[in-house]
Amino acid sequence: MSDELYVVGYDGEHKRAIEHAAEQAARAGAALHIVHVIEWSPYRFLTPQELEERHKRRTEESTRAETEVIAPVLEEMKSRGITATGEIRYGNVVELLAEIAQKRRASAIIMGRSGGSSFGGRIFGSAAMGLAQVSPVPVTIVP
Amino acid sequence: MNRMIFAAMAAMAAPLQAAAQGIDETINTVIGTATGPFVSFIFAPFPGTTFPWIVGWLVVGATVFTFYFGFIQLKGFGHAIGLVKGDYSNPEDEGEVSHFQALATALSGTVGLGNIAGVAVAVSIGGPGATFWMILAGLLGMASKFTECTLGVKYRNEYPDGTVSGGPMYYLAKGMKERGYATLGRVLAVLFAIFCILGALGGGNMFQANQAHAQLVNITGGTNSFLDGNGWITGIVMAGIVFMVIVGGIKSIAQVTERLVPLMAVIYVGAGLIILAANYDMIGWAFGQIFAGAFTGLGVAGGLVGALIQGFRRAAFSNEAGVGSAAIAHSAVRTKEPVTEGYVSLLEPFIDTVVICTMTALVIIITGVLGSDPETGLYIWDAELGRIATEGGITGVELTSAAFGSSISWFPYVLAIAVVMFAFSTMISWSYYGLKAWTFLFGEGSASELTFKVLFCVFVVIGAAMSLGPVIDFSDAAIFAMAVVNITGLYFLMPIVKRELEKYNAKLASGQIVKVK
Repeated sequence: MSDELYVVGYDGEHKRAIEHAAEQAARAGAALHIVHVIEWSPYRFLTPQELEERHKRRTEESTRAETEVIAPVLEEMKSRGITATGEIRYGNVVELLAEIAQKRRASAIIMGRSGGSSFGGRIFGSAAMGLAQVSPVPVTIVP
Repeated sequence: MNRMIFAAMAAMAAPLQAAAQGIDETINTVIGTATGPFVSFIFAPFPGTTFPWIVGWLVVGATVFTFYFGFIQLKGFGHAIGLVKGDYSNPEDEGEVSHFQALATALSGTVGLGNIAGVAVAVSIGGPGATFWMILAGLLGMASKFTECTLGVKYRNEYPDGTVSGGPMYYLAKGMKERGYATLGRVLAVLFAIFCILGALGGGNMFQANQAHAQLVNITGGTNSFLDGNGWITGIVMAGIVFMVIVGGIKSIAQVTERLVPLMAVIYVGAGLIILAANYDMIGWAFGQIFAGAFTGLGVAGGLVGALIQGFRRAAFSNEAGVGSAAIAHSAVRTKEPVTEGYVSLLEPFIDTVVICTMTALVIIITGVLGSDPETGLYIWDAELGRIATEGGITGVELTSAAFGSSISWFPYVLAIAVVMFAFSTMISWSYYGLKAWTFLFGEGSASELTFKVLFCVFVVIGAAMSLGPVIDFSDAAIFAMAVVNITGLYFLMPIVKRELEKYNAKLASGQIVKVK
């Protein structure tokens, strides 16, 4: 077993990124750190009603992410004998994945590609494209 | 093309107009009569003077807080910016309400017509000198905001489900109890809630609807517009949209508005700066007028006192410092230290009054929309209207519109959109403030909440249909009444704020609280 670590960006939908990461990790004896990012900006405008309910919503969102996104995947990795940890973060997916990879000295980032053919994605670029440009480590984009 | 459409619409609306004018007049008379005594009490002058006691009340309060907290608005300004930038935000609080968000939401409730229409009213009645007193009131008001928003966070209610409710109702009741004045605190809290409901219906609603309507009439042909005298049409449309948001829970409308409002503010300030840049050689002169007018009156009836009253009155109405409303919005922030929100909130009167109101005033003064005598250089006083003469006798938002329009011809159209947006976002904010006060009095529950929300929508129509005079008086009176109760409580509670401030500053000094960025 190597001490290599792959950071995996997982949005809860693109299971193929997880699959690919698991295969790679099994082959190299690496560990996985699965990150679920909830898009959030501290500069977004909220109505007073939304301010009031923010903490409640956040608790609901994190709980849902924990039980429905991260926990099942960690369970599955464990059953396959792959060392995996999970993390839920709020913010910009590109910035956070790059930051976490750097902090944890990961050797690669693996993430899925969402809406590859969408109009918006083509104009503004997707998260995967953004990450490819700023990542401190090699990025694998899983279609 | 547009003109033809409007002409056609006006022709269709003509029969309606006659009947509707009757409705407008009736609403005007009824509300004017009903609110008269309350308005007269709030604006009663000190015996033997023309100086309204309420203006003195606000100024004295803001001055006391300024000295008591050692000019916190100057000393804490840099720290406030650091907090808003997130320099001290706990990374674990990602996804919670940030200081920036609490400030932005509170600002979207205050930046609005007060900055556009209110300034025009102040300058046309009080002369350019009103601007000086407005700026001074804005600077002093920063200390009032600091005090009330710190308390708002400290005494907010945090419910088991994670939602929070805060504001003067809570700090007056809980904080005063802590100081040993439980009964007085309870009385003040109830009074505040009553005035807050009136303020929400007045300044937070009727004034907004009224001025939005005025601007719509203005750009659709003025007195020829099919909307002229038909405020109820604008009122019903706006009430419908407000209804969809606050009763129907259609968040997308609120979110679109909340996103457009900052953009509108940027466009408004940008246009103001362009006009000022184009007339940069007159800025010095304009400030000269402001300073001279502040102390001499420049031929404006009322002179120094007139300018001072108008300046302070409109500043208070615009930035709401001491009124207590902002404490409701600010109390939702995620912080362990209530004082941090106090710091952040002191930026609010600065942005609202010192920056945006001053800019509006400069544009009005520089563009020469206020009538002046070319020989003496003094302003021409229209005794009948009780303000400086303007072309067409306009004031309020129309005067600001004319000032911007004289430099950028198409700007009144943009301003009309901005005014409607500002009015709308202020209404949404105030519907929330009013609702919080309402539920404090009558308890939470869908029937109770729905009653207030429907009432709120009805007042949108009434506000749009009334003429400016009675609306502006009632709006001011209700909002100032909130300040009477709130500031009374603040005097009792300010030692608690001081203790919080000292505790926080000690933590900063000892390195217990450090920058994370």
